[in-house]
Amino acid sequence: MTVKVAIRGLYKIFGPDDKAMVPLVQGGMDKATLLAQRRHVLGLRDINIDMQAGEITVIMGLSGSGKSTLIRHLNRLIDPTAGEILVDGTDVMSLDADALRRMRQQRMSMVFQKFALLPHKTVLQNAQLPLSVQGADAATQDAEGRKWLARVGLDGFEGRYPAQLSGGMQQRVGIARALTANTDIMLMDEAFSALDPLIRTDMQNLLLELQKELQKTIIFITHDLDEALKLADHLVILKDGAVVQQGEPQGILLKPADPYIEDFVSDINRARVLRVRSVMQPLKADRFDGDVTENANLEDMIALSDGDTGLTFRVMEGDEAVGQLDMKDLVKALVPRVAGEGARQ
Amino acid sequence: MAAYESLFDTLGLRDWCDADKVDAPLSMAQLLAQAQGDDGAVETGGFPFPSLDTLNEACARIGQTRDLTEGLENGFLAIRSELKFVLDPITQPLSWMLDGTLFVFETAPWWVMMPALLLLTWVVSRSRSVTAFVTFVLLFFGFIDHYEVAMQTLAIVFVCTGISVLFGVPIGIGMSKSDTAQRGIVPILDLLQTLPTFVYLIPLIFLFSVTESKLYGIAIILYAIVPVIRLTDLGIRLVDKDVIEAANAFGLTAWQKLTRVELPLALPNIMAGVNQTIMMSLAMVVIASLVSAPGLGVLVLRGIRALDLGVGIVAGLGIVLLAVVLDRVSKAALNRVDTGAKSK
Repeated sequence: MTVKVAIRGLYKIFGPDDKAMVPLVQGGMDKATLLAQRRHVLGLRDINIDMQAGEITVIMGLSGSGKSTLIRHLNRLIDPTAGEILVDGTDVMSLDADALRRMRQQRMSMVFQKFALLPHKTVLQNAQLPLSVQGADAATQDAEGRKWLARVGLDGFEGRYPAQLSGGMQQRVGIARALTANTDIMLMDEAFSALDPLIRTDMQNLLLELQKELQKTIIFITHDLDEALKLADHLVILKDGAVVQQGEPQGILLKPADPYIEDFVSDINRARVLRVRSVMQPLKADRFDGDVTENANLEDMIALSDGDTGLTFRVMEGDEAVGQLDMKDLVKALVPRVAGEGARQ
Repeated sequence: MAAYESLFDTLGLRDWCDADKVDAPLSMAQLLAQAQGDDGAVETGGFPFPSLDTLNEACARIGQTRDLTEGLENGFLAIRSELKFVLDPITQPLSWMLDGTLFVFETAPWWVMMPALLLLTWVVSRSRSVTAFVTFVLLFFGFIDHYEVAMQTLAIVFVCTGISVLFGVPIGIGMSKSDTAQRGIVPILDLLQTLPTFVYLIPLIFLFSVTESKLYGIAIILYAIVPVIRLTDLGIRLVDKDVIEAANAFGLTAWQKLTRVELPLALPNIMAGVNQTIMMSLAMVVIASLVSAPGLGVLVLRGIRALDLGVGIVAGLGIVLLAVVLDRVSKAALNRVDTGAKSK
């Protein structure tokens, strides 16, 4: 595991005299007080996140939590008030205009909530945009554009215009455009939020499938916890511009750090999200009713046991037994409060 | 006793006022008073507004209003030769372009000119009905012997619109990129649009000879360039912020952003500006016939001068027809651009 993108002590304050407000915020002034007394808006407060190479880091928060502001700091569409953004160890704040443009062309591509395609260009021309900006020759542009359009399931649509496509298909063009850029880092700003639920599930699956193959470092913004839990390798929860909790999504679900997150996770279908490895116990029993993989989710287990809570399964990671799953523990894990008490004991 | 004399006395300015006192030219009020057998010595009393003329009566050192207008004129005349020295060579190409285009439009035989204009109409509008309408209008002008004057007007409109677009679009782009530039330029545009057209003909007559075609060229361009500047600025400012953000995120240079994103997306608005510019240069070409611009306006002017109702009305309706033609053709071009972009 290597850290691809690191955010260190990032503050963003909107207002004419933003730099002078940093010490006040560091001294503990909250968002409402800052607005009332100093007429400055606190965007982000002391953000520290490590984003691992080849992982999907999901940043989740409700609207106004600063998540879209945060992702725009990574490619400096917004400049921070204080703090560092390290991409492969280089602080993006140290880049001059040319270097910054090269970084945006070659290191980071972005997918937008409202697609942001060029309406006067065809689907193929839109997908080729990053390459044509970099000055690649026509043959490469054509080949790469067609390749990635086909990869996102849009072959045959190359000559259409964005307005002729449905929202889901337009976002596929948006993803193809980001993939054509051939960058290691992909920023996705609420990329699926404007799509209807079924299409959204399709697109999430497409993204996971692509990710299995391409192993990019993806930073994904969403306000939807289900989506976050489905995609995240590392989940960061933002509230009022500050990180409330971050870590492996299963851990956050089982041990929410504060009432805000507890509220959040209470509406989740835990059986689908929680996996066996998160609720298993060390191996104790000598007789098992069957073997299961550590990555099975609890819904699969309930189906497998046919609802019988008396069973115990052996949990396998590859060929190795790593623990046991008592169906009683599983049932307890489904209720947030009981699971929480269990964690506190 | 003038109303404000005591004021100057109490301020101790009497000596200053009366130093090198000469008899100031009489103000209009004094002249009127004299003509009515009144020598102006008897003031109506009361409390007159302290205008320049009133204060001049009390203190000769203070100028009259007519000194102000005279000063303006003298000031302009003083820098006139320098202005002319700078502006003359800069604007000379305009004269050449106008004279050249007029020459082409006047000397090309109608059986070359008409098909050429119809071809142009077809190329920009791609609309059969518009082309048919233009055919009808051109034949009509020929039929009533107004073909040549109509061509003169058209030539001037073409040149002036072309130059307005050539300068207007870059100015509009500049305005859209800088709020400071916008704040500075908008009042000038307002001024150009609201200043009565005759008013800026006056200094132009001082600067250039009435026989030079750039005189009316400049007058028309100053008036007609405004909408294309405004709508270029507006069009670029209205380009979807998300698309601009995407362009930034993919590392487009400022030039790539302008040519690949902003101008294409602003094109419908810019075309609307061009349409307005064409219409305004047509409106101005009539007034410009006062300063020797050839074309239909000359006939209108003759109609007014000689009270020749028929000539005036035919020429006036001819201008309306020309306006409708130019409007329809440029609107058809605009629609083509607009739907071409979205392809719904």
